[in-house]
Amino acid sequence: MARSRYLEQMTRERDDVIVWEEDGKTHLFLNMGPSHPAMHGIIKIILELDGEYVVDADIEIGYLHRAFEKTCEYKTWNQVIPYTDRLNYVSPLINNVAYVMTVEKLLGIEVPRRAQYIRVLMSEISRLTDHLTCIGAALMELGAMTAFLYMIKAREWLWELIEMVCGARLTTSYTRVGGLKADLPDGFAPACRERLRGVRQVLKEIHGMITGNRIFLDRMRDVGVIDADTAISYGFTGPCLRACGVPFDLRKDQPYLVYDELDFDVPIGEVGDNLDRYLVRMEEMEQSIRIIAQCLERIPEEEPVVMAQEFRAWELDDIGRTGRLSFDPDRVRVRLANTLEGAEAMHWDHINVPDRTVVLPPREETYTTIESLMNHFKLIMNGHGIRPPAGEVYHAEEGANGELGFYIVSTGEDHPYRIRVRGPCFALTSGLVEMIRGHTVADIVPIFGSINMIGGELER
Amino acid sequence: MSARDVSHSPVLTAIRQKFGSAVVEMHAFRGDETVVILPTKLHELMRFLRDDPRMQFNFLMDITAVDWPERHPRFDVVYHLYSLKYNRRLRVKTRVDDGDTVDSVTDLWRGANWLEREVYDMFGIRFRHHPDLRRILMYDEFEGHPLRKDYPLRQEQPRVPYRIAPRDPWRDPDIWNR
Repeated sequence: MARSRYLEQMTRERDDVIVWEEDGKTHLFLNMGPSHPAMHGIIKIILELDGEYVVDADIEIGYLHRAFEKTCEYKTWNQVIPYTDRLNYVSPLINNVAYVMTVEKLLGIEVPRRAQYIRVLMSEISRLTDHLTCIGAALMELGAMTAFLYMIKAREWLWELIEMVCGARLTTSYTRVGGLKADLPDGFAPACRERLRGVRQVLKEIHGMITGNRIFLDRMRDVGVIDADTAISYGFTGPCLRACGVPFDLRKDQPYLVYDELDFDVPIGEVGDNLDRYLVRMEEMEQSIRIIAQCLERIPEEEPVVMAQEFRAWELDDIGRTGRLSFDPDRVRVRLANTLEGAEAMHWDHINVPDRTVVLPPREETYTTIESLMNHFKLIMNGHGIRPPAGEVYHAEEGANGELGFYIVSTGEDHPYRIRVRGPCFALTSGLVEMIRGHTVADIVPIFGSINMIGGELER
Repeated sequence: MSARDVSHSPVLTAIRQKFGSAVVEMHAFRGDETVVILPTKLHELMRFLRDDPRMQFNFLMDITAVDWPERHPRFDVVYHLYSLKYNRRLRVKTRVDDGDTVDSVTDLWRGANWLEREVYDMFGIRFRHHPDLRRILMYDEFEGHPLRKDYPLRQEQPRVPYRIAPRDPWRDPDIWNR
């Protein structure tokens, strides 16, 4: 083990740089990280070097441990959702969806179809942002600063889209147990189509600029190779496993939500090197765009709940000021933005299960009727809340980096007894040593970039 | 079909046939097939699950533990397996007391190395024959195992003592530094 030998030598020689002779070769210990310009993420790699080549390495993690699992044991079921944003913070919506789907599995409920489509839509937008970040950052570390800026520009468009829906770019907290926080806003579909056209254009530019580039190919091809059996043994999932040629994608193999109705392909690589991982991610983005386009077409339109005369808010204001009431005020439906507080009731049943022991009543009913107020009280106040049956469930979804699984143990109380997150990065980072062994120090940077380690998910 | 009725599951039936009395419990709550096995037979079961042609659980997705302080074997060690060939999941649990050891499965799956280190770090459960059992998320000087139920939620163990800013009587009102 590199680390124990390192510590032993360090205590003896009281020096950070340690050199010794072994088998006629000069060995050197070098610390890479935890804060290193080419490490996007706080991680320390203790390298044992022979010249410039990595003989052995030891990876130290834990610098971003925030006690997610411990904290969740003291929160109610819905209070956990904001914490899941901080797991994989470049695709927070996938975490939101995966967590609430696990609780819904425990409760045995299924959300309405419109909510399922919206969840798929938002998950795929998040997958795009995740892959854009991963590839952009990895290319920047190889010196392709332009590609980074292009991709971050595209990511920005998508984050604006997410902001339209959730009100936040990163800390989304969009899902609720039994449904969603709010419906899609007006004008979402055209905005989404327009931005996806832009993203597709950026991908085309990146392909033209990078994919055939000689310098890029020399750095990526046959670097960081891992074969399929080793990858499976380490528990690799997601793009890194598919790059080895294993077509394992939970969206196809164990379809959840409405993925079984959508048409998309699962790209796989051949060798399992950096280039394959890059190409798989690029192709997955194309597939995500395809999925989003299909969702936008097929998403069930909501029927108006109340048959009533419809006014814009400012029209109603004008009418009120002039005092010309030519209609029955009880039959008026005011049209506000869908995400605005107080305009929820007409969307509520399309995006939430009708079970009032799980889902809060819409806000305007809470403020105007005693039944809904009591219902709200029973779900919110300490010691009440959602009470799933006692038991344990594991539910996994295809996160941007691989299988994102939640294992939840419930004792029938209003808070989870234990939550465990199976983040894909943990397995990927434990297999990193296998990938960097035998390569040069300079190769560590693209290899590390291609596995896309996210500290928040790795160390929870 | 109740959660206790597991006769429909080929995997659980095969395990019961092969391991008989070593199987403590079986259930399929919400469709998650679960088998609880005695810790002495755990490694044998895991090897059977990985290598048997009817099983082929080639992925070890996760290892974790659950602490039940009042129960006699205090901890559940939970393994989540996935079979790529049959597209099937299985949860294997074993129950151990504080101070007992569990056989490591690092010789079957390489990914078990870090996962078992995390269980040791968070719960203090030791794994026999593990090549390098030490803390992974917490630092070496950390005392206790944070995910045990008797570890308090708000307990600080700063690695470096907190620095307190020197007091500036002109700028800081007394209330801040008391």
